[in-house]
Amino acid sequence: MENLQALTDEALALVNTAEELSVLEQVRVDYLGKKGQLTALLKTLNKLSHEERPAAGAKINAAKSQVQETIQLKKETLEAEAINQKLASETIDVTLAGRSNRSGHLHPVTKTLQRIEDIFTAVGYTVAQGPEIEDDYHNFEALNIPAHHPARAMHDTFYVDDTHVLRTHTSPVQIRTMEHQEPPIRVICPGRVYRCDSDLTHTPMFHQVEGLVVDKGISFADLKGTIDQFLKRFFELDAPVRFRPSYFPFTEPSAEFDIQCSNCKGSGCRVCKNTSWIEVGGCGVVHPNVLTASGVNPEIYSGFAFGVGVERLAMMRYGVNDLRLFFDNDLKFLEQF
Amino acid sequence: MKLSEFWLREWVNPDLTINDIANQITMAGLEVDAVEPVASEFSGVVVGEIIAIEQHPDADKLRVCQVAGNGSETLQVVCGAPNARPGIKIPFATVGAILPENVKIKKAKLRGVESFGMLCAQTELQLGEDNDGLWELPADATTGQDLREYLSLNDTCLDIDLTPNRGDCLSVKGVARDIGVLNRLQVTQPNIPVAQVISDESLSITLTEPDMCPRYIGRIIRNVDLSHPTPLWMQERLRRAGVGSKDIVVDTTNYVLLELGQPMHAFDLDKLSGGITVRKARVKEVIALLNGQSVELDDQTLVIADDSAAVAIAGIMGGSETAVGSETRNIFLESAFFSPVAIAGRARSYGLHTDSSHRFERGVDYRLQEQAIERATQLITKIAGGDVSIMTVAEESHELLAERSVTLRRAYIERGLGFAMDDGEVLDILERLGLEKLSGNDQGWTFNIPSYRFDINIEADLLEELARIYGYNRLPTSNLLMSVELPDKTESTLDIRNLLQQLVARDYREAVCYSFVDPKLQQCFDPELTPIALKNPISSDMAVMRTSLWPGLIQALRHNLNRQHTRVRLFETGLRFLLNPGGSLEDLVQEPVVAGLLYGARNDESWLGNDDKVDFYDLKGDIESLLELSGQGDAFGFVASTHPALHSGQTADITYGGRVIGTLGALHPRLQQKFSLPQPVYLFEISQEAILQAKRPIFKELSRFPEVRRDLAVIVDQTVSVADLEAKTLEVAGESLVNLKVFDVYIGKSIDSHRKSVALGLTFQHLSRTLTDKEINTAVERVIDALKTTYEAVLR
Repeated sequence: MENLQALTDEALALVNTAEELSVLEQVRVDYLGKKGQLTALLKTLNKLSHEERPAAGAKINAAKSQVQETIQLKKETLEAEAINQKLASETIDVTLAGRSNRSGHLHPVTKTLQRIEDIFTAVGYTVAQGPEIEDDYHNFEALNIPAHHPARAMHDTFYVDDTHVLRTHTSPVQIRTMEHQEPPIRVICPGRVYRCDSDLTHTPMFHQVEGLVVDKGISFADLKGTIDQFLKRFFELDAPVRFRPSYFPFTEPSAEFDIQCSNCKGSGCRVCKNTSWIEVGGCGVVHPNVLTASGVNPEIYSGFAFGVGVERLAMMRYGVNDLRLFFDNDLKFLEQF
Repeated sequence: MKLSEFWLREWVNPDLTINDIANQITMAGLEVDAVEPVASEFSGVVVGEIIAIEQHPDADKLRVCQVAGNGSETLQVVCGAPNARPGIKIPFATVGAILPENVKIKKAKLRGVESFGMLCAQTELQLGEDNDGLWELPADATTGQDLREYLSLNDTCLDIDLTPNRGDCLSVKGVARDIGVLNRLQVTQPNIPVAQVISDESLSITLTEPDMCPRYIGRIIRNVDLSHPTPLWMQERLRRAGVGSKDIVVDTTNYVLLELGQPMHAFDLDKLSGGITVRKARVKEVIALLNGQSVELDDQTLVIADDSAAVAIAGIMGGSETAVGSETRNIFLESAFFSPVAIAGRARSYGLHTDSSHRFERGVDYRLQEQAIERATQLITKIAGGDVSIMTVAEESHELLAERSVTLRRAYIERGLGFAMDDGEVLDILERLGLEKLSGNDQGWTFNIPSYRFDINIEADLLEELARIYGYNRLPTSNLLMSVELPDKTESTLDIRNLLQQLVARDYREAVCYSFVDPKLQQCFDPELTPIALKNPISSDMAVMRTSLWPGLIQALRHNLNRQHTRVRLFETGLRFLLNPGGSLEDLVQEPVVAGLLYGARNDESWLGNDDKVDFYDLKGDIESLLELSGQGDAFGFVASTHPALHSGQTADITYGGRVIGTLGALHPRLQQKFSLPQPVYLFEISQEAILQAKRPIFKELSRFPEVRRDLAVIVDQTVSVADLEAKTLEVAGESLVNLKVFDVYIGKSIDSHRKSVALGLTFQHLSRTLTDKEINTAVERVIDALKTTYEAVLR
């Protein structure tokens, strides 16, 4: 018993100087283990008197606890140091680029088309497609544009043979839809169209989206409302929209629609050529001849149709200043969208 | 169509600026493209008169003129123009004048002689093309009058882009009529008296094609003096409409066309033989035209003929043989109505487009002919004299000339425009437009349609007139009401967007290439296919429809390589156009496909330093990721194949249910070299229809029992495909084999040079119990035996 203090001090000194977890463990075994020196002192208690035993036992246990706690504390310190060391050695430059390839890009025309589709399909329009090599009937005749009609001169048509053309607009998809579907019809028809024209502001191929609604009681007012809302949603802009009388053989009344120039807010500038307005597309109430040609009774049903140029919308929305960029497929262009 | 503002205001003069008028008619459907001044800016130019002239003492080519016009004094001006002579009136730019392009006129000394101003040619004022000498003004010009005032140069020119339906507005009269309607103003017509006829001389007129020409009016005028120049006011009005001046007769017919909208023609009477017949051309009949062109006519073309030959293509252009010229004394005027159907397309088929054909194609007022011929008679005789004969009217009664009426129902207005327009408003608008109410009842009204409105035939046309005059932007706007039915939402097809998104996620950029390509380039890719050619391509390198998306993608690749890009990953979706062998356009295939291209480094350049180039398996991995979107990746297969444009050892067909739906591979080295591509290119093209098939997932029970994995390495001939080894393994291993992976392929040292080592990892698991070693060993033995028997495989 007389060496209790000495043993305790000895153990504590060893703990305090320990540098590794293994040394600590050795101290624990040597002093607190089954055969440890402090544990051994407990076995000497039976040499003491019955009265002395409890006090002596308590003293030994207290010493053991003290050593145990000190070991535990030291252990935690060493473990923390080890982790800190690991962290320090594993520190990297997190600003370096990641390993995987980056994401690619959708073409701005597709991005724009998807936007338009999303706006319309959300309220129940469906998307319809049609052939790009189209017959004369669907591209012209059924749309109330007979052969030699002056309106044909408005379309610089690519001919494949005497009765087939590259479609000059997406309007033939209207006809194909009405031929196969009973009203109510609510479709939009996106796709490539072709005109034999190429200069700064025309490419021989471009994209259009056509919309068609045929139902009972469809009016010009519904058309105005639809176009007005579409332009506001598409441009995320509460800008005025206006309608001008125009002429398309397949609609009557026909209109072109403009949105107020967002560049000058209507005060006139270079972008809008001082007109305050930017022309966006054409629309109208479906001509009775067109309904009849497609097997829809114009006395029961009426409808409206509209068409917009997708590149034109993309140029306005994203500020692209050269139409031809859409078809160069330059990576520096594609990667901006 | 261009028109002078001053001319228009003589007919109708609303209290509006020209810009307000332009905006007003634009919003009523007559789109004004531009409002432009008729002359460039200049000032300080007056009508001058050369009083005297003498040679410059020190310069052969210069002369010294004494010019009146600037106040009361006569000024000395040095001038080099060859036509300078006493007595002529010329534009005189006085000291302080500012000419176009901001040229300032100052007092000057030319070779020692003082000069106070400048005498001008047309070009110096930008008022014409004549640069040969001084612009000689008419003798009756008032000396000293400001030239802008004298020539009414403070006028503007309206450029109106008329839609094809509004042929009625292709004249001052027509535009004035619409402006009158919009502003509730009376339109003032010029006074056109009936001509003083002094002879009943006439030509016989025969109409053989009343469907094409039901009305033809002619008149002879003898002793017209063509030496009289066209008056300046008429020349200026023509110039402002973009029409050049020729002689008084031709200018007058053009003037009447612009003023009233009636195309006319004048023949030299002495060159006509016999009477006039309006007939179809004879087969291979040839006519020499006014523009110098000689055309062979087809037998559907309407001509004006005399007793010997065709003298004009009706409504399009006159012939040169019978044209009015400086020697002409006696003329025959034509004012006719040709039906739109007779003229439409004809001019274009001869490569012609004239002011006349433009109007007849769109429809000319069929009641205008007499007024027009009287107007022309009035103008010609007033300016150039002449003895007027009677008007000869040839007319066939025909529905083209009949009254037309259209009924409009109140309910139709409400249904079409979305509101009930007030009756008074409806009648007011339509009557102002010249429609005459024939009858009315509780349903609606019936209107007579004016002869000049070819575009009004049905009820919907009247609706447009109401809307247009009422104002599109005043009309109500409503929310479309729809009945709602929940849409179909299938899981058996994918949305194309899934594909696009997957390719984008794998670092591809989407391209959009032209659907027509260079036939030579296409030939490199599909030499065995005959592409669909365009009849009128825009250029020779955009002449045929693509049979594959690869030519376009290769062009895009080259575009980018030429711009210093070294890593290119592109895809495109769109149609390819295939003719069936010997097939016609009726059964052509317009097939939606997705195609792509890989080129250059596998990874973007980075600090990781991996600059490996892409290979076949990069591309195949991307395609497999697309196929997996379908939820039925197993249904697709890859089979070694060949393609004319691809590397014979690196090409595979993609199959779906045994059917080939696409191809991938490395571009043939020969083509790689031809296109000057430093690195190999990997291409794919797949039919969208097959790849967008999808399978609804069906849950399979999960096993709670342990998996056991066994690895095998077998050595086989290099010609044995891994797919064959896998198929055989799956076939014989039994249903406990739940996964099979090829985790190594080795060719090289320690293996026969014709053979390869393939390492297969087999994972076994049973749904309801733990598999025994014995069961697994038996299965593995079966695999080894089968591979040995079938492919001479040896365990490594």
